[in-house]
Amino acid sequence: MPRLSQEQIVFLLWVALFATFALVLPGFLSYGNIITLIRGVAVLGILAVGMAIVVIGRGIDLSQIAVMAVSTAFAFTLMTNGYPIWLALLLGLVFAAIVGLIIGFLIAYVEIPALFATLAMGAFVYGFGRYAVFAQDLVYLPASASSIEVLGAGRVLGIPIPILLFAGFALAVALFLLYSRLGQFVYATGDNPASARISGLPVRPLVVLQYVFSSLVGYAAGLIMATGVTLMNTRIVNSTLLYDVILVVVLGGISLSGGKGGVRNVIVGTLLIGTLLNGMTIMDIQYTGQNVIKSVILLIAIVVDSILNPRDEQTAQQGDI
Amino acid sequence: MKSKVIIGALAGVLCMTAALTGARADGLVDPSRAGYLDVFKGKKVAFVPIAMGFDLAQAWNSQLAKQAEELGYSYVVRDPNWSTEAGAQALTQLIAEKPDLIVVHSPDIQSYARLLKQAEAAGIYTVQINMKSAYVSEAYVGSDYNGLGEMAANLIVKQCGQGSGKSGKVSIVQGVLTGGASVYQIEGIQKIFAEHPEIKVVSNQAADWDASKAKAITQTVLQQNSDLCGIIGFWDGMDTGVGAAVREAGKTGQVYVVTSGGGATSACDNVNNGTFSALISYNAMGQGRDMNTLIKALLEMKPKPGTVKIIDYSPLTVLTKDTLKPDSCWALPTTTAAK
Repeated sequence: MPRLSQEQIVFLLWVALFATFALVLPGFLSYGNIITLIRGVAVLGILAVGMAIVVIGRGIDLSQIAVMAVSTAFAFTLMTNGYPIWLALLLGLVFAAIVGLIIGFLIAYVEIPALFATLAMGAFVYGFGRYAVFAQDLVYLPASASSIEVLGAGRVLGIPIPILLFAGFALAVALFLLYSRLGQFVYATGDNPASARISGLPVRPLVVLQYVFSSLVGYAAGLIMATGVTLMNTRIVNSTLLYDVILVVVLGGISLSGGKGGVRNVIVGTLLIGTLLNGMTIMDIQYTGQNVIKSVILLIAIVVDSILNPRDEQTAQQGDI
Repeated sequence: MKSKVIIGALAGVLCMTAALTGARADGLVDPSRAGYLDVFKGKKVAFVPIAMGFDLAQAWNSQLAKQAEELGYSYVVRDPNWSTEAGAQALTQLIAEKPDLIVVHSPDIQSYARLLKQAEAAGIYTVQINMKSAYVSEAYVGSDYNGLGEMAANLIVKQCGQGSGKSGKVSIVQGVLTGGASVYQIEGIQKIFAEHPEIKVVSNQAADWDASKAKAITQTVLQQNSDLCGIIGFWDGMDTGVGAAVREAGKTGQVYVVTSGGGATSACDNVNNGTFSALISYNAMGQGRDMNTLIKALLEMKPKPGTVKIIDYSPLTVLTKDTLKPDSCWALPTTTAAK
């Protein structure tokens, strides 16, 4: 039996699931439904690509959703208070970047483990938001700023803009990781930070950059998600969205111990989750049942991978922290 | 001579009137006032919402806090921020602190039922607001969700039923399946739809009160059923997602979106701009005032806990573009930061 990587197993699982749904569910294979399918997970995919960069660099960013919610809510609140749209968006970006800088600094220079630093900062950012930025969970996009609704709700040539943004962003990051020097440095710092530093790579600034990137991606994803429904629901911080993001990253085959993987893994994971959710909604399964089925299928994927690829030091893949 | 008598008599009458009016200007003391404020002195009222961060809870809070300040009793809020466990913990702690009255907003019909019974045993009055628990306590102020469901269903039947020429397909977007708003509302809806076999419910999903989920669900349903006639959503805060999905599919006006909510300004805006076809408002500010009345009544009458069970179903208003009036919705007072 040929050695299948986790990514390939998940890919085959996706193909099987897709084929089953296409045969069994009427209307699944239509162009419109495929668009809806991808549209439903476009934001998840963008977040996962941002998280993937951090994970490849041997880190993790548990604050991504908190930054996403609070920075977007901050921008919307500024717009409601009369700031011009471009300034509000810029200040939201600056806010996200500053949070990313602080997190990166804590992890790279103060050397707090990423897990704790991002967990704490996520809680801090959300609490700060609740205290100082917004008073209600739902932060509405003011009618005066409805011109940016096109970001989440518009279409180009019939294709929803979030899908185009996801595709463009994934392509850009993939090229960055494969062909640019900085991308190769990210792999190096993730694979073996000590030898990377001895070789002369600027490891600490790279780590800071990764977390700034992840926070900015969170802000962008937040804008896309919020402009689609004209409000930012800050309760997503307490939802399972963060775990879905990490799940997509890990399931697709990116090891949490860093140094391996790429955008293709994220795409495979995103497609699997997207197909699952879309098919289950068509079958009118309650979303609580959807969570159960989602977890079972993902467990199957990981168990199959454990059987086919017994773990050892070199090939540790399923997210050994 | 006669005219002098008449003038004199008139003058006399005028003087007497003036004298009596003068006397009446001293007025009467209203006997009910004495001791009115004493009833409320030293009393403590607590509020445990599902969360403080949304328009309904803030509307209720503004009314409750206002009366507390006017009448001079202490008022505290314990905010569990959507966590049922934190809410149960807050209630347990409050029962130990023994306030005089607790206003409770239950996330689902079971979680607080036993705690409400304990509060009653401890001698604390409980007023339930808008989401009923299985245990009926001193008072329930809120929508009659069976009736609200029937109202929403009837609106849909009028648009999509027999003789309308539409497909009769309806999608339902619930919040949390076990919440009082969902459980009772779906019964009302199903009762009406059972009488109208031409209505077909093609999707009945729970979106966890989240607009993005509601949008994703609605997009898939619209994709599967391009001739969808109507959607019933269970809360306007979540159904902005439903409306957005309908708008993106270019079907605003073809799909009849019915929702319900507390009647904040955003609700009227959304009815005006076509996001919602009809919004059933239970007027959260009015509910706040109803609660205040019952709090006063309970504290004045001091019934033995467990002996009164008052049901105060809130009046419902259907807001459509045609029936919107300038005072159909309310805005929160300017201090919006949740304390």
